[in-house]
Amino acid sequence: MSVLIDKNTKVLVQGLGKTGRFHTDKAIAYGTRTVGAVHPTRAGTTEVFEGDTDHSGVDGRSDTYRVEIPVFATVRDAVAETGADASVVYVPPPFAADAIMEAAESGVGLIICITEGVPVADMIRAKRYLEGKDARLIGPNCPGVITPKQCKIGIMPGYIHQPGRVGVVSRSGTLTYEAVHQLTQLGLGQTTAVGIGGDPVNGTNFVDVLRMFNDDPATEGVIMIGEIGGTAEEEAAEFVKAEMTKPVAGFIAGTTAPAGKRMGHAGAIVSGGKGTAAAKIEAMHDADIVVAPTPTDMGTAMLEALGR
Amino acid sequence: MKVHEYQAKQLMAKRGISVPAGRVVATVDEAVAAVRPLVEQSGNPVVVVKSQIHAGGRGKGRFKEHPDVAGVNVVLDGIDGGVEATEAKVRELAGTMLGSTLVTVQTGDEGRRVNRLYIEQGVDIRRELYVSVLLDRSVGRNIVMASTEGGMEIEKVAEETPEKILREVIDPAFGLTAFQAARLGLALGLDGDAARNFNGFVTALASAAMDWDTDLIEINPLVVTKSGEVMALDGKMAFDDNALFRHPDVQAMRDESEEDSAELEAKEAGLSYITLDGTIGCLVNGAGLAMATMDTIKHVGGEPANFLDVGGGADADQVARAFRIITGDPNVKGIFVNIFGGIMRCDTIATGIVEAVREVGLEVPLVVRLEGTNVELGKEIIRNSDMDVIAADDMKDGAAKIVELAR
Repeated sequence: MSVLIDKNTKVLVQGLGKTGRFHTDKAIAYGTRTVGAVHPTRAGTTEVFEGDTDHSGVDGRSDTYRVEIPVFATVRDAVAETGADASVVYVPPPFAADAIMEAAESGVGLIICITEGVPVADMIRAKRYLEGKDARLIGPNCPGVITPKQCKIGIMPGYIHQPGRVGVVSRSGTLTYEAVHQLTQLGLGQTTAVGIGGDPVNGTNFVDVLRMFNDDPATEGVIMIGEIGGTAEEEAAEFVKAEMTKPVAGFIAGTTAPAGKRMGHAGAIVSGGKGTAAAKIEAMHDADIVVAPTPTDMGTAMLEALGR
Repeated sequence: MKVHEYQAKQLMAKRGISVPAGRVVATVDEAVAAVRPLVEQSGNPVVVVKSQIHAGGRGKGRFKEHPDVAGVNVVLDGIDGGVEATEAKVRELAGTMLGSTLVTVQTGDEGRRVNRLYIEQGVDIRRELYVSVLLDRSVGRNIVMASTEGGMEIEKVAEETPEKILREVIDPAFGLTAFQAARLGLALGLDGDAARNFNGFVTALASAAMDWDTDLIEINPLVVTKSGEVMALDGKMAFDDNALFRHPDVQAMRDESEEDSAELEAKEAGLSYITLDGTIGCLVNGAGLAMATMDTIKHVGGEPANFLDVGGGADADQVARAFRIITGDPNVKGIFVNIFGGIMRCDTIATGIVEAVREVGLEVPLVVRLEGTNVELGKEIIRNSDMDVIAADDMKDGAAKIVELAR
């Protein structure tokens, strides 16, 4: 079992620029069922992806792959033809929010937006647009979602993952890799790893993903990786305290970040005395979450939480 | 991106948001020349001389060179002495303030050099209020925040008397509605002309925030004048950097002299860099990992000299530029490279570092921790380079090693 995506997930790609094409190729090499792409001027053509199979991905495939992906002018056409149930957005920042709204309007149930640098006002509008629609947005500015050996949607390196017992949810890309790597080395593995993104307005928050992991029978524990800015971690801690039946470990980045300085991510800023690492860590301790003192200790913190 | 008060007020005036008349000046003569037309236009003998820097707390701030002079000065000399007396006082003030270093609670001890002054008309204040438009992350929408406690530090008000903070969430599909504006005015105790003027003011402010992609518009104080006018006495605006591409007029207002030169250089190279006070330079991929690296350095007893995220798709040249920015900081006593290669390959990082060291030399200890994609290749490149590099097993190990070596 897993959350959000599995081997049956049919993925549509929005945005086939250099980045989109590169990562689509990696996903296909991993074994992700990629069924179509959307591009305004290349409709009617096919995109060919070929190369050596990534054997850390889906099992039982031949050593090489060659697939032809049909390109459609609109998401609506693509969904009608392919039955895609998820889409990944690599569209450049000025157009990303529109791509998200188009996917939602066309009946795509899961939209994963990788694009970094989407204007906040665009996301405010897109989030409003999604209200009442049967679509879940992950991101933007996130590494994506992976269920090891089943489906990889996004830019994370597939080979560090291993099927296992722990759900991973994180606001940061490379810190997710760090946690995943440690979980793999400790033999715990992952059910699904979800990057929710480092922007101030995003589609899915910690609580949403924690709830999914809580309901997923295969997930035995969860590691949540947060950072300074906003109050999403505090809300997550409250949820853990009130409803979570599984052990949770965590880490918060930015203990030493000075107030008023944006730490790379648009959402990572302590302002007006809000969003400090100390407040988040305190809330997590209060919810019996095992908080790793440094990122190197994330795996062992999970082990400790599982052993309680 | 931040702009100066005078720029924020220019932008507001364009949208019909009421601001006092004022002129920005860069010399003493310009300052003096600004007085007469302002006084004649407003009919008020009082003018205000305001330092223009990208930091708050100017009114309580003091100049390093002139500890008895504040960053903002109200000139009352004209009430009895006429416009000549005002001009004389403005001449004296401008001569003192321009080119001097203003220290406020937000500038740090080093302060900021004042290159421009804003000469503004005096206003007959009846009440001072507070209003701002900013993102409420928990609902994913902008809100209007207002308070009767104008002129105070709003964080303090929120902490001590939270009931005095009013909030209205703006639905992006409809903007601030008329009933929301009216509700705010009522709660602020406004009536008559003042209430009508406030409605217009706050509605324009809310729509400007969305149209201009501001992170923050803060009016503190918002004043109600004796004649019932509603005006922005101070104005602070910060813009979403990711949306500047659609606001060339705002972009043109950028004042690079207010920004850290290393941070500017990094931005040009497509890197995310922030100068800090410590001695350990950090070069990391990913914002979260970069923050966590700083935290780990501190955890083992050191102090980071910077935050530096080379991003996910950096090439060898960008890595080399990042390295040069770090070595350009005289406070750096050691460098820690911490990479978890995902899409970013370890051999790319290694090549960039070797290139930079060859070019600028290496006068401080360097600890490198590589993990992830092409890690063996990366380690080999560093081994073969004959550089004096210490390898680390993991992040904590690397941080401990560099902190020890930099002592």
